Amino acid sequence: MTDLVNVAFNAEGYMTDPNQWTKELAEILARQEGIDILTPEHWRIIDFCRTSGLASGKAPTLRQITVGTGISIKDLFALYPKGPAKKVAKIAGLGKPEGCV
Amino acid sequence: METEQRKIAFICSKGDLDMAYPALVMGWAALGNGIDVTIFFTFWGMDMITKDRQKHLELAPVANTSMKMRLMGLPTGTLGIPNLMGILPGMTAFTSWFMKKKMAKVGAPPVDEYLQMMVDAGAHLYACKMSVDMFGLKKEDFVEGVEDIVTASDFMDMTEGSQIIFI
Repeated sequence: MTDLVNVAFNAEGYMTDPNQWTKELAEILARQEGIDILTPEHWRIIDFCRTSGLASGKAPTLRQITVGTGISIKDLFALYPKGPAKKVAKIAGLGKPEGCV
Repeated sequence: METEQRKIAFICSKGDLDMAYPALVMGWAALGNGIDVTIFFTFWGMDMITKDRQKHLELAPVANTSMKMRLMGLPTGTLGIPNLMGILPGMTAFTSWFMKKKMAKVGAPPVDEYLQMMVDAGAHLYACKMSVDMFGLKKEDFVEGVEDIVTASDFMDMTEGSQIIFI
């Protein structure tokens, strides 16, 4: 099932039910965010965000991602240019990240 | 879906610890939203990028009307820290230490680390030529990440189309 029609999004484009998320869906959402191919490095970040987001109920912030995965800020911005935390949250089927750091 | 790239420029003119944070917090948020960020450091704001000052920014309790004793958890209502007490040796160090602790508690990194994060995320840092001349500083006095020393006119050129925030 990789049909976006049956997936619920809010007005800002974040999925409202993380349980509807699938890996296939992530590929489609990534393309919408301008990332054509999800490499293993991309997936490492998505997997962390899924785990952290589902456990806490909140999508992780930039700093939580870098601290949690050990990835450098430079690499994170290179993998997900222009707003990595928000992009990953969208691709990972999570809500908008809250928090300032 | 491609719209015009949003750009924000901050002018940091203060070297106090509390005045360092607005540009850091807002600039980091801007980078997180895919907005281009440029920071121009002028006058005392250059302390934020000067190697031997960056880690030692302070917050003085004297003449600071917002510094209330309750910040330290004392049940003193809106009573301020008396200026007379603020002049005691070590008081500025104490309030600075205290503010740093408060910042760390909300997850905000120290100034040096914050700025480096921003540089890594693509922010551009510049020092003000006139201030540099006035204080007798050189490019080597600044931390890595400061790209250049530029004039006010250069700043105007490089921030065309930017939203500008003066701090």
